[in-house]
Amino acid sequence: MTARVDPAVAEAVADAHRREWAYVLAATVRVTRDLDLAEECVQDAYTRALVTWTAGSPPANPGAWLTTVARRRALDLARRRATARRALPLLVEDAIVAPPAAPGEAGIPDDRLRLVFTCCHPALGADARVALTLRMMCGLSTAEVARAFLVTEATMAARITRAKKKIIAARIPYREPPPEELPERVSAVLDVVHLLFSTGHAPPAGDRLVRADLVSSALDLATMLRDLLPGHAEVTGLLALVLLTDARREARLREGRLVLLADQDRTLWDRRAITTGTALVREALRGGRPGRFTLMAAIAAVHDEAPTYADTDWREIVALYDLLARVWPSPVVALNRAVALGFALGPSEGLAALDVLAADPRLAGYGYLPAARADLLARTGDTGAARLAYQEALLLTENTVERAFLADRLAALSP
Amino acid sequence: MSEYLILIYADETAPVTTEDQQQVHKGHMEFGQNNGPSLRGGNALHGTETATSIRPDGSGGFSVTDGAFAETKEALGGYYLVEADDLDGAIALAKQVPMPNGGVEVRPIRVIDFS
Repeated sequence: MTARVDPAVAEAVADAHRREWAYVLAATVRVTRDLDLAEECVQDAYTRALVTWTAGSPPANPGAWLTTVARRRALDLARRRATARRALPLLVEDAIVAPPAAPGEAGIPDDRLRLVFTCCHPALGADARVALTLRMMCGLSTAEVARAFLVTEATMAARITRAKKKIIAARIPYREPPPEELPERVSAVLDVVHLLFSTGHAPPAGDRLVRADLVSSALDLATMLRDLLPGHAEVTGLLALVLLTDARREARLREGRLVLLADQDRTLWDRRAITTGTALVREALRGGRPGRFTLMAAIAAVHDEAPTYADTDWREIVALYDLLARVWPSPVVALNRAVALGFALGPSEGLAALDVLAADPRLAGYGYLPAARADLLARTGDTGAARLAYQEALLLTENTVERAFLADRLAALSP
Repeated sequence: MSEYLILIYADETAPVTTEDQQQVHKGHMEFGQNNGPSLRGGNALHGTETATSIRPDGSGGFSVTDGAFAETKEALGGYYLVEADDLDGAIALAKQVPMPNGGVEVRPIRVIDFS
């Protein structure tokens, strides 16, 4: 772009990008019935905003402004390309008589749920769902999505293209699922957001301990879903989980090193996030039999509410893990439960619970298992065995910051 | 409306009793009765021990061999050709197909315009 853009305008446009991208795109897809064309038009609208908006007086409703511009561009392009595009297949919308989406502020239908259910359709591969969600719901470029998942841009572009091709060829509909399918489909969407959050909160590889970009995308999505699906306890639970876990971000790192919950400076925790998150957990728990994310959030809330580590209510945490293991039986949940047991009842009880898990083939190669063992062994005074377990954990951990943490723990063992 | 092929795969080596067979037979009858308007065709296949595979031999002729094209644990045992609004509709139909010892695969029919 040659024109100089006022920094205040650039900021207003960036803000609208973060807040309104999904809304504008979803409303434009309704007109184009073609994801690629809609993306192109929305991108154009944001570029137009940069040169059209004036400092101090951006449009009163940026989302409506951008949608109007994007849709006009879409109609324009559609006319110009009419002959070339006529033969191309379009997205499938509702079967003939479906009620239109409820109009938003400016009378533009809020189609974000259609968009997110299309991106997270179970017929798409797990990788593709995450990539499409970041692209379509968060407005990330292919290069940014590629960086988020540590793959090349070409690989990511191919993945996104393949997914879009399947949406068209197999006719994955641009539609909110019927009520009887809703729980299953909502859960598929939540899995995508949770995966994004965990990848950002504890990157499995690389040299950073937190990927703030992914965490903030996950938080934006969780907040958006809570607005769109207010009656779903697990949606509320997931937003609470993200808030309550991320509230400790500032305290988790000191000089590039991981700080254990036990050693964190709790004054650095984000109190506002904790207050909001805790209220959301309470609300989610009122929604009947609590689901996976609600229980995980409840566990995070127990930690967040303890004034000091010594004050942690470990028995409550063990009880919550027991409930979690029932709705979400996973070896990782069992591992965390064993660690909590080690605090509630003592390290030898924790070790006994871990020994049961050691035989689980799904935990073979999982670095947190020997790390947890090492910690419990050190607390029983068995330094030799603890040393071996830390060494094993080091062999299995690829994140640089976590490796430094384990090396510190190993060095701190008395000789 | 689009057409989809529902391919039914099953482990041929799994033990099947006469009762099992009757159950599956009944299941297909019900599937047909419940979904008549969506059905465009369908058949059961004889087992892979009756299959013959033909490939170009690379020098202008063909190699004809005994057996299925791909050796997999679950073999193609039958299919339905169905019509549905979209993939969700096709998946809803597919879930009603009896699938003992295996599962089904849904593939959209490609419409080729020869004009």
